[in-house]
Amino acid sequence: MTAADRQALEEQIYAYVGRAIGQPKKSMDDVNVAMIRQWAEVMGDESSIYFDQQRASTTAKGGIIAPPSMLQVWSMEGYPMAASPAVDEQRALHQIFDSFGFTGVLGTNTSTEMYRDLRPGDSVTSQTTIDTISEQKATARGIGYFIETVTVFTDQHGEAVGRQVFRVLKFIPNESNGQGAQDSTEQSGTPAPPVRIPSPRGQDNGWWWQAVDAGKVLIQRCKSCSTLRHPPRPMCGQCQSVEWDSIESALAGEVYSFTTLYHPKVPGYHYPLCCAVIELAEGTRLVANIVGIDHDAVTIGMKVQGKVEQVDEKTMLPQFYPA
Amino acid sequence: MSSETLNFEAVQIGDQLAPREVPITAALVVGGAVASRDFTPVHHDRKAAQQAGLPDVFMNILTSNGLVGSYVTNWAGPDSTTKKIDLKLGSPNLPGFVMTISGEVVAKDDALGTVEIAVLGENNVWGMHMQAKVQIELPRSA
Repeated sequence: MTAADRQALEEQIYAYVGRAIGQPKKSMDDVNVAMIRQWAEVMGDESSIYFDQQRASTTAKGGIIAPPSMLQVWSMEGYPMAASPAVDEQRALHQIFDSFGFTGVLGTNTSTEMYRDLRPGDSVTSQTTIDTISEQKATARGIGYFIETVTVFTDQHGEAVGRQVFRVLKFIPNESNGQGAQDSTEQSGTPAPPVRIPSPRGQDNGWWWQAVDAGKVLIQRCKSCSTLRHPPRPMCGQCQSVEWDSIESALAGEVYSFTTLYHPKVPGYHYPLCCAVIELAEGTRLVANIVGIDHDAVTIGMKVQGKVEQVDEKTMLPQFYPA
Repeated sequence: MSSETLNFEAVQIGDQLAPREVPITAALVVGGAVASRDFTPVHHDRKAAQQAGLPDVFMNILTSNGLVGSYVTNWAGPDSTTKKIDLKLGSPNLPGFVMTISGEVVAKDDALGTVEIAVLGENNVWGMHMQAKVQIELPRSA
């Protein structure tokens, strides 16, 4: 987006900060046993205080209470939102974002505080305010803004019973990124197993990956001074020649350094994931995974032997095994 | 007082909650959306979910929050009081996935009589679905 567009967007959106999205809204239903029971069934709540009056009366609660995590339910709009959601300040704000291409929306965080247990017969009123809008951020999903709303819940006596902060990202969907781009098998609707992040292939390194696809690991060699180099690049660091060819590596080597990744677990990879710098017998180094051995047993200096293998439906990679 | 409830004194930092496996089904996704009165189409209409870039209907936030709540109160027992749930969301939960919820006691506040549980929900396809911190008040032993 242009700087002028961005300024126009930000002038409009930041005007919403501090605004209530509408009048305080009283829940259509008081806290009631039927809605609590339905919730508890789905969530797998085993506690008798949610549905068994007799058992509940023997606990410290003295009777049925609503599951605390249900607080937001009492403020929900319900069935009409499927067809024609009410137009409030929050939707108006989202529509401004939409008109500038920030059509994606993703809930990222909620934080809910419960000040007291709610019981059948309580009546809950909620009011939501647009609390903050972040500056523009580059996220994994695309460029966007985080919007935080705060909802205050009060009871029939006007006493606060809880408070919820809700954070959403409004973003320009990034076509080539994120789970939106996952394939699915048409018949079953089950998503295909995730594959690894594809290697970026440019003019200087595409040839190297094409060789990997064919089962070979090549090492670039300067045509003028025969110095080997990796990763691939256009010019020799020794003699500045741009003439080069390549040799095939035998993939014998040793562990120069390594680290084991546990978290975060990127889809498509197996964890714990041992990532190593391998010093090849030819003299160059290569980053690759060490497999076929418990990661705790990997040591620096360990002799390893590589193979180019298919690691998922779309990816060929050199991997190293204990020699 | 109910004997089913853990006492504040009996819970120690580092205690692990037994993991719970939650098969994600269309019934759970849609049932959770309906139980939370959330009729946003992406939670019950597969076509709408596909237009939003996902292959199938996906779990709404209130259900994730509810699963965290039930996981912790099932462990703590009926006399416990949940004070706060801080939830961070990751990859979506879709029908066919299996989510494993695990938890650990990470803090105790003697003055308030509360413990803090770190809860993690990971599905078997896309990994981290949710991370939560839950503050729960437990009765003290008499």
